[in-house]
Amino acid sequence: MVVIKRAIDTLIVFAVMLLAWQALHQLVGDTALPGPVPTLQYLVRFLPTARFAENAWATLVSFFYALILSYALGLSIGIWMGVHRLSGAVGEPILISLYTLPKITLYPVVLLIFGLSTSGRVTFGAMHGVLPVALLTMNAIRNIPLVYLKSARTLRLSKGQTILTVLLPATVPEVISGLRIGFALTLLGVLLAEMFAAKHGLGFLIINAMQLLQAEEMVSVAVVLFVFAVVANALLLIIEHRLHRRV
Amino acid sequence: MSRVGWIRLAVIGTAIGLLEISCRLGLIDHRVVIAPSEMVDALVQLLISGQANDQIARTFGIVTAAVLISIVLGFALGVVIHALPRLREALDPFFATYYAVPIFIFYPVMIAIFGLSAIPILLMGVATALVAMIIGTLNGLDRIPRILTKVARVHQMGKLSTALRLKLPAAAPHLFTGVKLAVSYSFIAVIASEFILAPAGLGRIISDAYTDFDNRRMYALMLLLIVVATLVNMTLHTLDQRWAARRGLVKSWS
Amino acid sequence: MTSTTLPDRQFHASLSGVTRIYPGAAGQQPVHALGPVDLDLRRGEFFAVVGPSGCGKTTLLEVLAGLQPATAGTVIFEGRPIANEVPEGIGVVFQEDASFAWLTVWDNAAFGLRRSGVSEAEVCRQVDDALSFMGLKDFTRAYPAQLSGGMRQRVCIARTLVLQPRFILLDEPFGALDAQTRLLMGDEVLRLWRRTDATVLLITHALDEATMLSDRIGAMSARPGRFLDIVETGWPRERDSTIVGEAQFGEITGRLWDTLRGESLKSVGTG
Repeated sequence: MVVIKRAIDTLIVFAVMLLAWQALHQLVGDTALPGPVPTLQYLVRFLPTARFAENAWATLVSFFYALILSYALGLSIGIWMGVHRLSGAVGEPILISLYTLPKITLYPVVLLIFGLSTSGRVTFGAMHGVLPVALLTMNAIRNIPLVYLKSARTLRLSKGQTILTVLLPATVPEVISGLRIGFALTLLGVLLAEMFAAKHGLGFLIINAMQLLQAEEMVSVAVVLFVFAVVANALLLIIEHRLHRRV
Repeated sequence: MSRVGWIRLAVIGTAIGLLEISCRLGLIDHRVVIAPSEMVDALVQLLISGQANDQIARTFGIVTAAVLISIVLGFALGVVIHALPRLREALDPFFATYYAVPIFIFYPVMIAIFGLSAIPILLMGVATALVAMIIGTLNGLDRIPRILTKVARVHQMGKLSTALRLKLPAAAPHLFTGVKLAVSYSFIAVIASEFILAPAGLGRIISDAYTDFDNRRMYALMLLLIVVATLVNMTLHTLDQRWAARRGLVKSWS
Repeated sequence: MTSTTLPDRQFHASLSGVTRIYPGAAGQQPVHALGPVDLDLRRGEFFAVVGPSGCGKTTLLEVLAGLQPATAGTVIFEGRPIANEVPEGIGVVFQEDASFAWLTVWDNAAFGLRRSGVSEAEVCRQVDDALSFMGLKDFTRAYPAQLSGGMRQRVCIARTLVLQPRFILLDEPFGALDAQTRLLMGDEVLRLWRRTDATVLLITHALDEATMLSDRIGAMSARPGRFLDIVETGWPRERDSTIVGEAQFGEITGRLWDTLRGESLKSVGTG
């Protein structure tokens, strides 16, 4: 079957990447980059420890709050700018500029306001996630075919019914797309914040491990985050594809 | 300028104005944010004194290098992958997931391998921008109308001529989107890397200014970055939209 | 033969002196799209509107349906005036595909009826009936994206049919289809018309389609649209697409083209 063939092909590519990792390891040595197997062994020992749990929890909490903030703000701004045409026209280039701006340039301001607290990291993460959610939600609303709105009127739906049964379902696929991108960017923002100025969290662990020349820990934590991001994205993609299949 | 443009200008102007007034009136702590006019002043002084010129040149140099490498390599890889459908299908999940991974988690690994120099920073820039260019190339090549090859044969055009005079222009809008993203991603990656940990560069001196409590210098450099990044990205974005519109392509914000 | 004025009570819907002017967007001139138009529709008749592109046919339909307000004049449906709201008893099939992409064919058809508080059992009965009538019985669980353009339009028609409208308005519903399919869909519309006993207003740019399907045809001028001629076809109610073979068919179509040729040139820009 085609599906199995494709899965095998993808696994082959994955295997090639692991081999490349191993090759790179032989090239640069243990202190710089441990190979896949030692990394896995370290992971098995490290994951159950309290130290890992504490730091993973710190990141998870920051990320969770940042995500809620991104989604809530992003959806609100997106809906407003999508429905209120003038605001959308005025605000879109501003949002796009902010989106392409290296937001790390604004991080010192966040730090000055919030200090080294969790709120700072949450804010920074949210700064990253808000924009794609807002922009894609706005677009989703703008792209609702006019004929849907006309149909709602000919079917004599009330305003509430129109929003709930026509507008909402029509925008869901694109909004979910925005939420998926927002997820990835919020995670990135939180980790960046932890890498620069934190005493806890997985981002901190990576930088800390590098500075203490603990290569195994450094790579292991990176792998954990990598797997987390990939799995979460895959799940959101599945949801997105299920919705897009119909549209 | 259109009515919308004026309103936008007014909104931005009002925001900056409010910030200015709040700072001057002492509503905002001077140690947290300085007034916009002071930022401009600090930047002008800094540029005149030439103190930061080395760092600025270094950073923009690395960004430029990252962009060029990403564009050339990304285009080449895109062409190759496009020609091998089976490879493309196998790589598809990776491309779909690539930007979901917070790529900076590998920056310390790069430093461990290559040492604390410009190389890991350049690599981060390329790693972030490369796949966007590959995807843009693949999209562009996909959208070359098949009919063009037939037209080329009717006009007795050779393979190279067809590629340069028909296929490339046909693919150009999407290729340009790849370029646009490559530029903006390289910029973000290089600055962020320099900020986290670097021997030198614009990101580094901003973070130094922060740790040294030198707000004037910090905000001056931040302003420089914001202005340059905004100008470059908005120019590319506008060009992208305009060229797409000329072709009748509907382009979304990205 | 042109229509003569009939006593008020027999009209199902009428337009008197209706004009529609679109207010210009910021810095632009207002657009006089339609009118003044007078039109009286008899209950149960099949009326087609033909005219060059941009002449205001869609505007006419939307004003008649209550989707747009008339700038001047009155619109009356079943004895009551219509202003910017779609009254009960009117069904509209649009030019664009209005099927809801996230619902199955069945759910699409059931959509309007579900919201009017009818029992689920009754909804099932009506929807199954309408979908069978429209030839969609084997596709009830499919999504519109999986269907062809013609079938999606049938879904939209089924959705309208289920609500048993007394006045059906169709805005170039077969615009995207090839000529043969259009003729067949014409047969479908006639079946629909006979079964529902509704008054039908069809907008089309195809003269043969208008001649084949209608009791009366209104030929509209270039923008701002006004009726230049209204032709009675005199066809029997039990007609179908084979009518294209009748001698009268050519005469009627010819007469329409006589009226419209000049107008069409105007809208193309060489008149």
